[in-house]
Amino acid sequence: MNGVHDMGGMQDMGPIQADKNEPVFRERWEARIFAMNRAMGAWRKWNLDASRHERELIPPAEYLRMSYYEKWLSGLVELLAKSGLVTRAEIESGTPEAGSSRATPPLTAEMVPAMIARGTPANRDVPVAARFKAGQRVRGRNINPTGHTRLPRYARGKLGTVERDHGVFVFPDTNAHFEGEKPQHLYSVRFAARELWGDAAAPRDAVYVNLWDDHLEPA
Amino acid sequence: MRRRGSRRVTGIVEPEKRGLRQKQKIRALSAVQVYYDGRTAERVHVMKTSRRDFIANAGAAAAAMHDLAHAQEPEHEHEHSLVPSDPALRVKSLESLLVEKGLVDPAALDTLIDTYERKIGPRNGAQVVARAWLDPTYKRRLLANADSAIAELGYGGQQGEHMVVVENTPKVHNMVVCTLCSCYPWPVLGLPPVWYKSAPYRSRSVIDPRGVLREFGLELPEDVEIRVHDSTAELRYLVLPERPAGSEKLNEEELAALVTRDSMIGVAKVTLPPGVHA
Repeated sequence: MNGVHDMGGMQDMGPIQADKNEPVFRERWEARIFAMNRAMGAWRKWNLDASRHERELIPPAEYLRMSYYEKWLSGLVELLAKSGLVTRAEIESGTPEAGSSRATPPLTAEMVPAMIARGTPANRDVPVAARFKAGQRVRGRNINPTGHTRLPRYARGKLGTVERDHGVFVFPDTNAHFEGEKPQHLYSVRFAARELWGDAAAPRDAVYVNLWDDHLEPA
Repeated sequence: MRRRGSRRVTGIVEPEKRGLRQKQKIRALSAVQVYYDGRTAERVHVMKTSRRDFIANAGAAAAAMHDLAHAQEPEHEHEHSLVPSDPALRVKSLESLLVEKGLVDPAALDTLIDTYERKIGPRNGAQVVARAWLDPTYKRRLLANADSAIAELGYGGQQGEHMVVVENTPKVHNMVVCTLCSCYPWPVLGLPPVWYKSAPYRSRSVIDPRGVLREFGLELPEDVEIRVHDSTAELRYLVLPERPAGSEKLNEEELAALVTRDSMIGVAKVTLPPGVHA
C-alpha cells in the first residue's frame, strides 16, 4: 500500500529531536498499551505482519498526528474487533456485554520470560530454491499492491546487487492478510545511493534493503 | 507560500514532542473534547470506518463528565480543536475490559513492562561490543553468526530472533533505520527511542544520511562509505562501532561503559571521555 507509513525518501518532516534523558515509557499508558499488544499476541488470532498492516491502515492524517503508542492503541483495537475477541460496543463502553463468557488469559506473568526468550522466529526450514544469488544484479519490481508490502517505494524499479542470501523466511506481503506464509528466500540487496536518489547523493554511499524473491526480478 | 515556521511549531511532525503542552491543554480544557468528539462523530457517520469511530467515541465517557459550557468558549475551540481525546483514558478503559473478559492477566503486563524498563536495554549491546573489541575470535563469530555469538552472552529472543552485526571501520560507516515502521534489535538495545520511530528519522536517513548524522553531531568525510540498513524484514541490525583510540588498556567493563546506544544504531561514534585514557 502506498501509504504514508512508507516514509523512506520523504523530505521536510522536520529536525530529528533526540532527547538525551528519555525514559523507556514517558507515561504509564504507553507502557500498558505496549504490554497489552504483546500479551494479546499470545491469543494467536493475528500475526506480526497483520499487526503492522493494521497500523498502516490508520488514515494518513491521523497516522502523522498520532504519537507512536497511540498508533499501537489504534492498531490493537482494530485487531481485537476484527478477530472477534471483543466487540466494538464493548470497546466503547469499556465493559463486557451482558452474558459474555469469561476467558482464561493464555499468558501469565510466569510465562513472560520464556515467551520473550523464545521470540517468534520468522525463518522456515523448508526446501525452497533461491531465485537469486550473492553478487547478482537485480531490480526491485515495480509493484503497487494495495495491501501490505515490505518493498519500500524508493526501491521499486531500482537496480541493486544481492549482497547476501539470508535463507528462507515468511513472506509478510501474504502473511499479513492471512493468505499463507509463502516462505521464500530473503536477501540483503545493496542499492547505490545515486541509483536511488540521483547524482546529488554521495558517490560511495548505499542503502541496504531486505527483500524477498517476490520483490525482485533479474536485471 | 511556504509556512515552514508555523508547521514546525504546531506540526504533524513529532507528536511526542508536543506532549507536554497538549497534556496541559487537555487537563485544563477537557471539555473541548466534547466539541472535538462531537465534530468527529459527524464524519464517522458518513465514513463508517470503525477506527475513526473508536477515536471519536472512546473519550466520550470522560468528556461527558465535563461542563459542556466550557466547550463553547471561543478561544478553547480555536486553540484545541485538534486535541484528541486522552489516550490514557482509552488505554485504561481497554485494559479494564480485557482484564474483565479474562483476555489478559494484569500481572503479565506488569512483568512485560518491568522487563523492558529494567532488564533489557542498551547495556546488553554494549557488552557484546566490548567483548568483540577485546576478543578477535568472538568478533569473528559475531560477524559470521550474530545470533549464536550474542546468545553466548545470554541475549536473544523477541525482536532479535535474527541478528546481523555490521562493523564500522575507518572507511565504512553503518547506520540502521526502519523506514516502514520501527524495527529495532530489542534484546541488545531495548525499546527504540522516540526519534528512531519518528517521521524525520524514518524519512530522511535513507535519502540524506550525511545530513541526519550531522544533526547528531557526526560529520563524516566524503571518502567514508555510508551504508544505511533499512530493516524491512525480521533481521535486526546491531552496529559494531569502532573502538576509540586510547582505550587500549581499558578492561571489558570499562569499555562497555563507553559504548552508547546511539553508537550501536550508527548515528554516533564511541568516544573517550576527557581525561580517560590509557
